[in-house]
Amino acid sequence: MSTFNSADIAAFKDVWVFCEQREGKLMPTDFELISKGRDLANELGVNLCGLLLGGEGIEATAKELGGYGADKVYVCESPMLSVYNTDAYAKVICDVIEELKPEAFLIGATNIGRDLAPRCAARLHTGLCADCTHLDIDVANYIQFLREASTLDVDGQKWDMEDRNLKMTRPAFGGHLMATIICPRFRPCMATVRPGVMKKNPFDQAKADACVIEKPAFTLSEADVQTEVTEVVKAAKKLVDLIGADFIVSVGRGISKDVEGGIKLAEELAAELGGVVGGSRATIDSGWLSADHQVGQTGKTVHPKVYVALGISGAIQHKAGMQDSECIIAVNKNDTAPIFEIADYGICGDLFKVTPLLTEAIRAAKAAK
Amino acid sequence: MKIIVCVKQVPDTSGKVAVNPDGTLNRASMQTITNPDDMNAVEAALKLKDETGCKVVVVTMGPPPAASMLRELMAMGADEGVLVSAREFGGSDTYATSQILAAAIDTIGVEKDDVVMCGRQAIDGDTAQVGPQIAEKLNLPQVTYAADIHKDGENITVKRMLEDGYMTIKVKTPCLLTCIKELNTPRYMSIGGIYETYNKPLATFDFEKLKDHKLIDPSTIGLKGSPTNIFKSFTPPQKGAGMMLEGDGKETCEKLASILAGKHII
Repeated sequence: MSTFNSADIAAFKDVWVFCEQREGKLMPTDFELISKGRDLANELGVNLCGLLLGGEGIEATAKELGGYGADKVYVCESPMLSVYNTDAYAKVICDVIEELKPEAFLIGATNIGRDLAPRCAARLHTGLCADCTHLDIDVANYIQFLREASTLDVDGQKWDMEDRNLKMTRPAFGGHLMATIICPRFRPCMATVRPGVMKKNPFDQAKADACVIEKPAFTLSEADVQTEVTEVVKAAKKLVDLIGADFIVSVGRGISKDVEGGIKLAEELAAELGGVVGGSRATIDSGWLSADHQVGQTGKTVHPKVYVALGISGAIQHKAGMQDSECIIAVNKNDTAPIFEIADYGICGDLFKVTPLLTEAIRAAKAAK
Repeated sequence: MKIIVCVKQVPDTSGKVAVNPDGTLNRASMQTITNPDDMNAVEAALKLKDETGCKVVVVTMGPPPAASMLRELMAMGADEGVLVSAREFGGSDTYATSQILAAAIDTIGVEKDDVVMCGRQAIDGDTAQVGPQIAEKLNLPQVTYAADIHKDGENITVKRMLEDGYMTIKVKTPCLLTCIKELNTPRYMSIGGIYETYNKPLATFDFEKLKDHKLIDPSTIGLKGSPTNIFKSFTPPQKGAGMMLEGDGKETCEKLASILAGKHII
């Protein structure tokens, strides 16, 4: 049994990011987290390190992480690490963390990150905050964030400006409440971070070249692994890339009277805008669209240039996933639908009538330019 | 063989949610339901019971009214209920909660051919952390995001969902699985089940019952023992309402398109 004691917090330093790979390719979330981790490491005055596990040869992908801000990447290679496996990954990560003692450890909140992070936090006896959408070290930055993102009276409160805890903010209760979580007594302070939320730094080749690669020692044997992955199957259908889209046209319960027709109208508008189709939870739960289309608290968080909501009432779960879009256009029959409270432009009307007219008007406006 | 299913009673966040002026949730004004993913875990356990005749035990940690949820799950077909409830357990974060539930599950006893099931995540916190943390504390292998489960003796094969596909994972009992809604459609309570539920055993594990378990240490449970604390909680501000356009016809759409073009949005 390990005698590791994460309560000796002075022994811990550096910010680490778990860099997830699938089939030997880094995930887009890795670059987002490295970019955010860079800010946090700067605020703490420490190094930012990536932790990359994979099969033999994965080291070749590591330098790219430097281009987004990593000072160093720890690489652990083994044939047993080429495909994700909870036991093998948790064993290697916990051993390396116990040895090298990072102060903060960020993990992408993917289906794999959300499997791995709690297992590691429980073994390391430390705190973990799930699905964070905002991270701060500096109290001044955090106060500024609250000014913009909360209704709190920040000036009426006392603040310890020397506080160096990682302040991890996340939605709770389906987005009705936001909570900022701290982990003051144990290290590393761990957070999983929502994919698509943190902004990626521009790639810098000079920094990539300067990035240090280190291979820490670890042991891993068959006896450490209790599960066997017998196959990894990619979805046959190409999944919709909501997070990377500049234009999203989403449909909601309002298409119920003609589901296929409603989706077709949304696809036509999306095609005219050069974007993709999304949907509210109701459309996914009803089986009208596949789960990769879901926008919202239990789906994806998006911030496109334009978000068009067709027949979506605007439940708080949905708003939590799209309210930071640059421009929101809502079409709904009900003029009291909550979606109009956050829409930049609202049209009260039947989406089956309005959508084709809007598609045509946009086509004409683009042609006239 | 038995299946221990961890369940949670949660406020129904799909309806109207009331928030107190201080930013906390007004739970008293809200309906409670059994967490949706947990219902899929219960159904998966009951399906295995249908096939093998195994025992199904439902376990929850929560205040005493959560017992009514356990009665409902026993009316669906679960054989026994365990309510883990004590003032000392209140305010626990996911780490502390998983320690307490792990101690309760260990007290019930996990044998060679047993399975522990959880929902993937609860709709109040959406963390998905308690299942894997229980597995770690009990030193059980875990498979999360289970969309299909086949049991053949001690061998379990699970279809484990990824964002872009799935993995097939083989694991031996005892193990812990977390379930998602794609797994099944939960059954309803039966008339006979409702009739029988009050004759089924429902135990309460309080602090006295669990305090000597090796995982229960006053410094690692409850509000004080939780590694994480809430620093601030707040409600997001409403974004200011934008412009409602007059009408819903061709002219309205042309007006909107010209605004978008004028702002170089399209």
